[in-house]
Amino acid sequence: MVRLKDLPAEDLFTSGHRLCAGCGAGIIARMTMKALRGPTIVVNATGCLEVASTIYPYTAWKVSWVHVAFENAASVAAGIEAAYKAMMRRNAWDKKVDIIAFGGDGGTFDIGLQALSGALERGHDFLYICYDNEAYMNTGIQRSGATPHGAATTTSPAGTKIPGKPEFKKDLIGICAAHGIEYAATASPAYWNDYITKVRKALEVDGPAVIHVFSPCPVGMRFDSAKSIEVARLAVQTRYWPVYEVEKGKYKLNIKVPKPKPVTEFLKVQGRFRHLFQPQFKHVIDEIQQYVDENWKRITELCGEA
Amino acid sequence: MSESKPGWKSIPIAGILLEPGSAMKYKTGSWRAFRPVIDEEKCIGCFLCWIYCPDGAVIREEKSVKINYDYCKGCGICANECPAKAITMVEEKR
Repeated sequence: MVRLKDLPAEDLFTSGHRLCAGCGAGIIARMTMKALRGPTIVVNATGCLEVASTIYPYTAWKVSWVHVAFENAASVAAGIEAAYKAMMRRNAWDKKVDIIAFGGDGGTFDIGLQALSGALERGHDFLYICYDNEAYMNTGIQRSGATPHGAATTTSPAGTKIPGKPEFKKDLIGICAAHGIEYAATASPAYWNDYITKVRKALEVDGPAVIHVFSPCPVGMRFDSAKSIEVARLAVQTRYWPVYEVEKGKYKLNIKVPKPKPVTEFLKVQGRFRHLFQPQFKHVIDEIQQYVDENWKRITELCGEA
Repeated sequence: MSESKPGWKSIPIAGILLEPGSAMKYKTGSWRAFRPVIDEEKCIGCFLCWIYCPDGAVIREEKSVKINYDYCKGCGICANECPAKAITMVEEKR
């Protein structure tokens, strides 16, 4: 637990970056930088955060930062960690350096999954943060493996027959936890205390750690930029986004939602689900509600709460 | 854009950036359509606007906050999240 007053006032992710107004990734990057414990290197896969924070010749980062290709953020983070280990062995370096890799959902769920899996399996000491805005927002809202059922994107448009994306979302933390890593967690920026505590905890873990954080996107999810945090909070309060952690294989529910709001509360504020409120697609909303309920039941059972 | 730009001979190898946080030179305040205005009387100093600001445009002070209009993009998250309703969004007139 932290207090806002105790957090460092200085921003290591500075103003002047060119993320859209109300961008969730900007909030997440700033919050992450508040949880650092020492010298840090940030590895950034291609994505909104990368292209908007370092438009040449400017950089919004005050920590060492390296841009890599779409697919290999985890591999590069692993390489940096191995290089520091080798330098320490030769007495050329003596400080502990934390390595954080940032990837969007496209760079994690689809393109970078293989590199992430390899790095987790080899057990490198780094933290991977997936900021999940649920589509390829940077290139103009294409569907990804993280796009939820029923969401309209440019490659899964809402037509008269097919209402948005037919498939469901992958369980990233399930995949990561199956590697037997020490720490994996989900988070939401609306619960800043939970998120910052988790980043710090994940950095302190000796070995790989993964944090999967919901990133509201006013442009791609189509809502008013002022509602970013509200949407991130609704995602948790409707049980759409269960916030839990897996520590040494043990699941723990961090935010209990005893009285969930109906999932329509979360859907109706976003333009990407607007078509579902036509009478002929009412069954899709029921499908989403059913999925959310089943997913919540599965997670709470794993956490031993049910 | 009339000033001459640096070429490949004058920039560092691989175009690495040697100045941390140089984006501070780029003022994003001109993006703003609505300007957040803080009512100092109502502010309870909870600093939620400070932590939720995507642009780091809220300056944390001892008991209250100030807005840095050089960088504020006017997204309105601070006004929406303020528990004391101390922030209002006013249309920007230039």
